Amino acid sequence: MTTSRAETAMNYLLLVVVCAFALGPIVVVLVTSLQPDLGGGGIAWGNYAEAWSQGSFARYLRTSALVSATVLVVALTASVLAGYAFGTMTFRGSTVVFSLVLVGIMVPTEAIVVPLFYDLRTLGLTNTLWAVAFPQMAQSIAFGSYWMRAYFRTAPRSLMEAARLDGASERRVLWSILVPVGRPAIVTMTVLVFMWTWNEFLIALVMAPSGRLRTAPLGLANFQGQYTSETALLAAGAVIVALPTVILFLFLQRHFIRGMLEGVAK
Amino acid sequence: MTPRWRPWLYLVPAIVVYGAFLLYPIGRSVQFSLYEWDGLGASEFVGLANYLGVLTDAGLRAAFGHALVLIAFFALLPLAFGLAVAAVLNRARVRGLGLFRTVVFVPQVLAMVVVAVAWRAIYAPDGPLNIALTAVGLDSLTRAWLGDYTWTLPAVGIVGTWVQTGLVTVLMLAGMARVPREQYEAARLDGAGPVREFVALTLPSVRGEIAVALTLTIVAALKTFDLVYVMTAGGPGNSTTVPAYEVFQRAFRTGQVGSAAAVAITLTVLIFGLNLVINRLVEPREDR
Repeated sequence: MTTSRAETAMNYLLLVVVCAFALGPIVVVLVTSLQPDLGGGGIAWGNYAEAWSQGSFARYLRTSALVSATVLVVALTASVLAGYAFGTMTFRGSTVVFSLVLVGIMVPTEAIVVPLFYDLRTLGLTNTLWAVAFPQMAQSIAFGSYWMRAYFRTAPRSLMEAARLDGASERRVLWSILVPVGRPAIVTMTVLVFMWTWNEFLIALVMAPSGRLRTAPLGLANFQGQYTSETALLAAGAVIVALPTVILFLFLQRHFIRGMLEGVAK
Repeated sequence: MTPRWRPWLYLVPAIVVYGAFLLYPIGRSVQFSLYEWDGLGASEFVGLANYLGVLTDAGLRAAFGHALVLIAFFALLPLAFGLAVAAVLNRARVRGLGLFRTVVFVPQVLAMVVVAVAWRAIYAPDGPLNIALTAVGLDSLTRAWLGDYTWTLPAVGIVGTWVQTGLVTVLMLAGMARVPREQYEAARLDGAGPVREFVALTLPSVRGEIAVALTLTIVAALKTFDLVYVMTAGGPGNSTTVPAYEVFQRAFRTGQVGSAAAVAITLTVLIFGLNLVINRLVEPREDR
């Protein structure tokens, strides 16, 4: 297709403008986080150390890592197993159960969080890792079963049949053949579930009111409440909380983009 | 032949966790919504009174109204920008589209709290926005962006525009890339200008992507919580309350648990209805 030079030049200009719009606020935070105190000069890397200790971010990041790991292990396992059944086996009731799972992808957190808090409080389970992790596992399982089913449906039948003829059990077919072949689908699900869990706010806020199990986003919100005027420290804290997902995104961006566009979840 | 119960064995972990922590709580929410309860004492069955409250309570009506305004900022503006940018970029081959996709997608992976902290800094009375306005001689426009009854809601909305525009643009680019180049050449030979080309060729080809984009962004607007909680706490006054924020306040701060559940269920029904309507609108496409 022929396009004039002027048009091509304009396109590059547009690329730059849109990128600037997307990056502008991020640059503002980065610059702010390195600003020295009044009267000081140069680049204040010390802000990060100060935010780190004053905001107890080491503790919050550890909590976030723990919650994310717990949710990931359970949700991934349950989703692979459920996706295998939905995608490769025909059985009575599969359509009904699968529709119920699809419903879960659309349900907003607000619709479950109120009774979850009061019921788990009755059981004495609020302020535990489980209260924060289980609801997020359920949400991720809804998406994960849907996502893994889609993969298992397209998995090569010939491979499965050949393995079965060789005497491999159903379980062996799953773990030694289908899971290794389905790595891209599993990686996509892993990065999405990690990102959702790491960034989750409402569940972590409601289910652990005592503050002992504060995840990183909550820690940041709390930090902001206490140090409203310390803009530089706050910005440094924001960078610390954002870094894990951003780094993961930069390395596995194709998985993020594919998952979020095709998954049409959340 | 595999026995009948085999598939269920694989489904057990998923069904147990999903049933106990998602399906069951939805049912409980519906039940809660029919009672008046302060979270501690005895509860009283009130029928649909809490739902009536969603329609009549001034605070709740305001919250849903604010959500409508947010939809314009989270969904319509990004769609307009995304379509325009993608259509222009699609006309000429440019290098660096891969990098572009990465950069504009970044806001999507940030925790909303991080986004809120960033934009609070931008909107601060002595922050970059007011400094920039002063620098170009528009002092009269400077204000306390998050302390103003008129401007705070749009200010929060713009943050949504910032978060969603990249996602929508990437979606539109993907859809437009599927249109065969020859069709554009043919349209140009027929003398179609850029506008004709966009309306007759580009727009119909991304119908599915528009539906996906609208679903994702409108749902995001309706579910807004973190952003409001951290940026404005619903204020000033109650000028930026949203349904999700009302759910939280009523359930855990002001002892109106039943009303909170009714708002949550209403929100859920709205989201489901929206999904249904948008999918219906693009269905003809699936038949082809």
